[in-house]
Amino acid sequence: MKKFALVGNPNTGKTSVFNRLTGLNQHVGNFPGVTVDKKSGQVKLHDETIDLIDFPGTYSIYPHSSDEQIVYDVFSNPQHKDFPDAVLVVVDASNLERNLLLFTQIYDLNIPIILIINMSDIAYRKGIDIDVEGLKAKFPSITICETNARIGVGMTELKTEIFNLKTTEVSRQQIIENYVLAPIDNQESQKEEVKLRFDFIKQLIHDFVKKKKTVEEKETKKLSFWDKISIHPVFGYVIFAVIMLSIFQLIFSIAAFPMELIDGSFADFDSWTGEKLPAGLFTDLLTGGIIPGLGGVLVFLPQILILFFCLGILEETGYLARAVFIMDKLMRPFGLNGKSVVPLISSAACAIPGIMATRTIPNQKERLITILVAPLMSCSARIPVFTLLIALVIPNKTVFRFLNLQGLTLFCMYFLGIVSALIIAWVLKLLIKNKEQSYFLLEIPDFKSPRWANIFISLFEKGKVFVFEAGKVILAISIILWALASFGPGDRIEKAVKNVHFTSENVADSAQLLASVKLENSYIGILGKTIEPVIKPLGFDWKIGISLLTSFAAREVFVGSMATIYSVHQEDNKGLLETMRNEKNSLGKPVYSLATGLSLMVFYVFAMQCMATLAIVKRETKTWKWPIVQLVYMGILAYLSSLIVYNLFS
Amino acid sequence: MIKKLHTCKIGEKLSVFQILPSEISSKLLEMGFYCGKEIEILYKAPFGDPLAVQVGDYILSMRKNEAQFIEVETKLN
Repeated sequence: MKKFALVGNPNTGKTSVFNRLTGLNQHVGNFPGVTVDKKSGQVKLHDETIDLIDFPGTYSIYPHSSDEQIVYDVFSNPQHKDFPDAVLVVVDASNLERNLLLFTQIYDLNIPIILIINMSDIAYRKGIDIDVEGLKAKFPSITICETNARIGVGMTELKTEIFNLKTTEVSRQQIIENYVLAPIDNQESQKEEVKLRFDFIKQLIHDFVKKKKTVEEKETKKLSFWDKISIHPVFGYVIFAVIMLSIFQLIFSIAAFPMELIDGSFADFDSWTGEKLPAGLFTDLLTGGIIPGLGGVLVFLPQILILFFCLGILEETGYLARAVFIMDKLMRPFGLNGKSVVPLISSAACAIPGIMATRTIPNQKERLITILVAPLMSCSARIPVFTLLIALVIPNKTVFRFLNLQGLTLFCMYFLGIVSALIIAWVLKLLIKNKEQSYFLLEIPDFKSPRWANIFISLFEKGKVFVFEAGKVILAISIILWALASFGPGDRIEKAVKNVHFTSENVADSAQLLASVKLENSYIGILGKTIEPVIKPLGFDWKIGISLLTSFAAREVFVGSMATIYSVHQEDNKGLLETMRNEKNSLGKPVYSLATGLSLMVFYVFAMQCMATLAIVKRETKTWKWPIVQLVYMGILAYLSSLIVYNLFS
Repeated sequence: MIKKLHTCKIGEKLSVFQILPSEISSKLLEMGFYCGKEIEILYKAPFGDPLAVQVGDYILSMRKNEAQFIEVETKLN
C-alpha cells in the first residue's frame, strides 16, 4: 500500500484535513524506537486505499523537541520504515510566509508533493489574495489544492488529486543524492539555510500574494472584546476559574450518573453470571476478576470523555492558549508550565484524564513533572474513604462559630494534596535533568467556533487508547488481586471455613462471615497480617493492612474491603461505622482513635493507591520507570506523613 | 534605536535587528524573526510576562526569557 505523509505547522487545520480524509479509519501506534505517538489513517477512494501518517505539527524540518525530531528522522532517511511515497504539506493561507518555510524544505527533498493551502476563508476575511495559478506556474512539478477543511470545501478535489498523484518510484538513491538537509547538530548552517529560504519566500509572497487593506483588516489588528477580557488581570483569572470550576463540576456530577450505571450493570451482570454458570474456578475468575476488572476500566470512560469534550471546545475555540498565557507566570516557580494548570485541576476529579491531558505540554521535563504530581491532587475516589473516616473520628461540631469541623477536615485533605503537589513539583524541578531546550513559544490563534467533528474524533481516539492500552494493565492487575484475595496457601482457607461457628440464623449474615474468614486466610490476608509490624507505627492493624492492599485496585475499594473484613453489609455504611467504632485493640482502647483516623486519611492523600493511574502513566511515558518512581515516592511520602500525624495526635 | 524586545512597550513599531546567539536562536528564526521583520508587542500577561507579539500574520506568545534574545530597532513614526 502506498504511504503518504501529512505535515504542516501547528494551527494550520492539519488535524481537520486529516479527519476529513480518514474519518474514523484512524489508529494510534508508535514510531519505531521513540516515544512519539504515530497517528495514521486510511484514505479510501473507490476501491483504492492509501495509508496517511499524520506527523506532529512542526514549524521547520529541524527539530526542537522530541515530537519534531521524528519528522527530521523520517525525512532525512529514505531507508526509514515510514519514509513516505508522497507528502501532503498543509499551509495556512492567512499566514503563508511562516508556513512556506517547511514547504520549501520538503520541496527540496524531491518527494512528490501536494501543497494544501488551507483556511482560505480566514485569508479572504483578512483581505489576503493568493495567486494560486501563479504559484502553480512557479512550481510546475507539484500539485496545489485550495481547501477549507473546517467546513469541508475542496476535500473531494483533494482526494482526487491524492489518487491521481504519480508516485512512480522516484528512486530513493536520487533523493539521497539531492539531499539538502543540514546536519542536525549544525545550528549555524541551519540558520544560514533558513535565512536564505526566507529571502526566497519574501520574493514569493511579493509576487503571488496581495494584501488589501480592507476595513475588516484594520479591525482585526485591534484586540477584540474577548481578547481583552480573556487576558485581563482580574477578569481573565475570574473567567478561567469559572470555566475550570464548571468543568470540575461536570466531571464530578454529570459523570456520576453513567459511572453508577456502568458500576450497576457490571455488578448485575456479575451476579447473573455467577448464578447461571456452574460454580467453579472459571466462574470465580470471571465473576471475581475479569468482569469487575472490565467494569473497573469502563467506569473511567465518562470522566475521560467529559474532560476531553470540554478541553476540546476550549482548544478549538482558541481560549486554551489564552488561559495558558495568563497562568504561565504563576506556575513557573514550581517547574511547571502554563499548560500544567488544566491537567492538575482535572486531576482533582480524576487523575487519569488529567494525565492524558498533559499531551499538550511541549517540554518533556515539564510534562513529566506534571504527570508525576497529578495523582497528589485529591480525586473523587478518595471521597468515600475520607467520608467514612471523618464520620468515624471527627466530631460533627462547629468551630470558629461557622466552620463545620468535619467539612474543615475534608477541606484540609484537599488542601494538603494541592500544596504537596506544588512542593513536590518544585523538588522534581531540581532533580530531573533536562535534555531538551526549555522555551515557551506558543501561538495564540484567533477566536473561532469549534469544529465538532474534530472534538468527537479526538474523544473516540482518547477513549480507544484508554480502554485498549491502559485497560490491558488494569485488567491484568485486577485478576492478580482477585487471585491473591481468593486463594491461600495449601488448604488454609478450607480449614478456616470448617472452623467457623455460624451464630446467626440469617443466611446473608453467614455469607458475610464466610467471606470475611476467606479473605482473612487468603494470600492478601496473610500479607496484610505480615505487614502489620511495618504499619503499626502508623496506628494501623492487620485489618487496615488488608484493606490497604486490596484498595490498590482503586481507593474506594477500601470501604468495601473493610465491610467484608468486619462482615457487615456493604450497602449499610452505618453498620460498618458502628462496628468500626466499637472495635477495640488488645489494650481495650478503640482501634479507630483520632490519631489512627487522621493518619489513615493522610495516608490516602499521598499513597499511589490506584492501578489505573499507574497504567495510564505507563502508557503516556511509554516506560515502567516513571509509574514505579511514582509508586515509590508517593508510598514513602504517605508512610512518613502518616507516621508524623499519628505521633502528633496520639 | 536598538534595544531588546522584552524592554519594549506595547504598541511600539519594531523591526527585528538581530537574534542574539542562544540555544533557541534558530528556533526564533524559524518562527519568522528574520532580520528586518516588522513586529509589535500586542499585549502582556498580568505580571508583565509572557508577552504576545504580532509577527507578520500571526500572534506568538513568549516569555521575557525568550524575548531578551531578540534585538529590535524602533521605527520612528
